[in-house]
Amino acid sequence: MHELGLAMEVVDSVAERAGGARVKRVVLEVGALTAVLPDSLRFCFDLTTEGTPIEGATLDIRRTPGRARCRACAAELVLERPFGQCACGGSDLDWLAGDELRIVEVELV
Amino acid sequence: MCVTCGCSAGKGTAKKDGQRRAAGASRRDGSPPDRAPDRRLLRLEQDLLRSNRLIANRNRAWLDHMRIVALNLMSSPGSGKTTLLERTIADTRGRFALSVVQGDQATDNDAARIRNAGARAVQINTGTGCHLDARMVARGLGELAPEPGSVVAIENVGNLVCPALFALGEHVRVAILSVTEGADKPLKYPYLFRGSDVVIFNKADLLPYVDFDLDVARRFVRSVAPDAVTFVVSAKTGEGMSALYDALERRLVRTVTGRMAEACA
Repeated sequence: MHELGLAMEVVDSVAERAGGARVKRVVLEVGALTAVLPDSLRFCFDLTTEGTPIEGATLDIRRTPGRARCRACAAELVLERPFGQCACGGSDLDWLAGDELRIVEVELV
Repeated sequence: MCVTCGCSAGKGTAKKDGQRRAAGASRRDGSPPDRAPDRRLLRLEQDLLRSNRLIANRNRAWLDHMRIVALNLMSSPGSGKTTLLERTIADTRGRFALSVVQGDQATDNDAARIRNAGARAVQINTGTGCHLDARMVARGLGELAPEPGSVVAIENVGNLVCPALFALGEHVRVAILSVTEGADKPLKYPYLFRGSDVVIFNKADLLPYVDFDLDVARRFVRSVAPDAVTFVVSAKTGEGMSALYDALERRLVRTVTGRMAEACA
């Protein structure tokens, strides 16, 4: 349930930026290789926004796909999980994308 | 600003950065900066873990200044983290000083065990929290006041999921897996193992009685954490522990002498 802590961080940051204005939509970017479940985050977001100017806002979660480069043959591959195997057999991978965990933007009412 | 605990600082700084970036900078994808004078749309581009990371960085800077090596011990409950520390404290007495920041949801049973073993310990209760974060550790370090040139072990809450995301300011991330668990745990909990510098297979004295295949487990560790160093130990019998102490001492010597070299330069 680390999503609860993250949701609280979202609410704090968004509330401060919005400066008391009502919030219509919050856009997050959550990489496919982070240990964060969008559904769980959404559930926690609804709980933690209660009674704040963010209550009722839409949470828009953009899932970015995971990409990595093989250290053995330098080929790029798509990762669904935080590990994988390159076509050359190598599993020694450097991540290129997929570990994003960001508040992208906020739309006010 | 409070160096040890950073109680009032982290958030304020974080937000200033966020505002600066949102105000004018180009987007990452190269598209023009917020063209819209649309005031209803606020660009934040703010890393969600940033405030934790800022505090973790401050913890790390303080530890470096004190020439302390900090370990973050992570595992499932019951894999033997506390036993491993008790044994290490007993066996390395006189070699290097070790103190412990102990994280558990409730009770100070583990801190009491560490104190009985002869080391100083501070207990942090996370309550409903499932992991330690950098702020809790900052508070713990302030209370513990570890001596310069020593080792601090931070025993995380027994959990193979949540601690993975939260940097504490540690130098070495250690995952512990006991042989009574499945050898495929590194694949089942890849986030935690992926970030580990060291993986310790504990309870090696039970290997003859369980189906744990060490080679398979090592292969799984390699596939998620290619650079991790592995050790096979029994904290109960002491088997394999000396290799661990040697590695720890080497690391500590490097930290201390590195600082001395810096001071002489």
